Amino acid sequence: MTSTPGKHSPSHTFDENTPLQLDCGAVLSPFTVAYETYGVLNEDKNNAILVCHALTGDQYCASDHPITGKPGWWSRIIGSGKLIDTDRYFVIATNTLGSCLGTTGPKDINPETGKPWGVTFPVITIADMVRAQKHFIDHLGIKQLFSVIGGSMGGMQALEWMASYPECLFSAIPIATAARHTAQNIAFHEVGRQAIMADPNWCEGRYLEEETFPKKGLSVARMAAHITYVSEDSLTKKFDRGLQNRDEVTFGFDADFQVESYLRHQGASFVDRFDANSYLYITRAMDYLDLPKRGNGRLANVFKGAKHVRCCLFSFTTDWLYPTAENKRIVHALNAAGARVSFAEIESPYGHDAFLLEEPEMDRLLDGFISAAADERGI
Amino acid sequence: MVTPDKLRPDLALIAEQINEGERLLDVGCGNGELLHWLTHNKKVDGRGIELGQSGVNVCVAKGLFVIQGDAEKDLSDYPDNSFDVVVLSKTLQATHRPREVLHALLRVGKRAIVSIPNFGYWRVRYKLLATGKMPVTRSLHSTWYDTSNIHFCTILDLAELIEAEGLQIREFIPNNSLGEPLDCSLKRANWRANQALFVIENKS
Repeated sequence: MTSTPGKHSPSHTFDENTPLQLDCGAVLSPFTVAYETYGVLNEDKNNAILVCHALTGDQYCASDHPITGKPGWWSRIIGSGKLIDTDRYFVIATNTLGSCLGTTGPKDINPETGKPWGVTFPVITIADMVRAQKHFIDHLGIKQLFSVIGGSMGGMQALEWMASYPECLFSAIPIATAARHTAQNIAFHEVGRQAIMADPNWCEGRYLEEETFPKKGLSVARMAAHITYVSEDSLTKKFDRGLQNRDEVTFGFDADFQVESYLRHQGASFVDRFDANSYLYITRAMDYLDLPKRGNGRLANVFKGAKHVRCCLFSFTTDWLYPTAENKRIVHALNAAGARVSFAEIESPYGHDAFLLEEPEMDRLLDGFISAAADERGI
Repeated sequence: MVTPDKLRPDLALIAEQINEGERLLDVGCGNGELLHWLTHNKKVDGRGIELGQSGVNVCVAKGLFVIQGDAEKDLSDYPDNSFDVVVLSKTLQATHRPREVLHALLRVGKRAIVSIPNFGYWRVRYKLLATGKMPVTRSLHSTWYDTSNIHFCTILDLAELIEAEGLQIREFIPNNSLGEPLDCSLKRANWRANQALFVIENKS
């Protein structure tokens, strides 16, 4: 079956009157935000939900991907009559800063040199990504989001919203996430980055000018990362030691095992839709996240302004990337800050990726929380 | 005072002890019946802790704020005096360290409402005496190997512990199996009451 690629997103470019101040000190101006929206913004402009995507996700949360043609990564959840009902809510999804699907990132042209930024693009943070989203929300004339929701890096952005712009939130739903990257998180990202940079086609980050692409490196980075998104159990269940189209091992380095073949496929299909330098920049941004440090060692301090925000967090039992303990750390900090927070650890065999999959308990929790919050908000 | 007529009788007894607008933590809040009622009828700023996923889901769907966790592990993460009142209903006897839990309740809350099934109730005593086996009654319905109640106590036992720990009983409400209050002293309640509710505070 061939799939038809979806349409590319519309975008908005912020001119020199709205510069983007970055944490590293640099200023990005002009900058562009590509976005998808679903549903209608009501007259009171109080029914908007910002959906934040994960590391390699994009704004196509409920529409077909323009390159792969695959349905949006959360099309199961977002849509008319669905859990996040676009007949009731106005859903906004922006491509994150530093990414590669329309929002300004390292593959774009640096207006000062006329060449692609590559690794001369300023190093960005999660706070910078959220600052760009805030500019976009302002541009839409929305004073307060009904909710901000996201899993993984999307959850980090939701936390960042709570820390930086709590007054702009009525509720927040950070899922399977963390308020800081652990040494292990950073270690896995470093493996990915080194794989990209070790690829001779990376060309010190100038591969676009050299008209090549570090496919191998990016693909290996994706393979390593993919292992962290699934549980040992789910890999065993899916593949165990099953062999790929053969009865015996070949005493060679071909993909004898199904799991090898699967990972190679994950890597190979990823390079068609993602930019290698974007991968470097976004993983770096996640590594730099350390909200407790910003609260002088006490995470609760960064949520001082978020007392009024209704929060719902959840983690998954087999997620070892952002395990329950990391999510609970956030819950405890929110409690200490006096915020109204609900939390559950959801039983799932699928590891970190569970938030993208069908999990009835997650759906029930989300549905209950969002409906109750919407009733409270009167929308 | 609002009469909590729609609540389960044992919960209604608890609800009577709670004032308008108080900050409340319900530890082991189940399906959130008490929390929900108090939020709507007494405008409490309520939070809950519940062990079971299904209970948490039901609570969240009601618009309540509930964390999946347990009385022993998760109380330690709340700051001192976060709440006016903390409720622990029929759970103390199921904890590993009831004494530490009592102190934790009164660290995070100004007062604690603790209810227990009374192992000194005459029916329980009679069962043990007559059969020589661990009592199984209507309110203590699990067998010894199956029960989550690992630290059974009588009304006098708990009263003694409260005293020994330097805490004080502000209210004591013994009640029958229907949750109807009985008017009697600690000693008489110890054999007459099926269960009892204590409102406990730190000695000032």
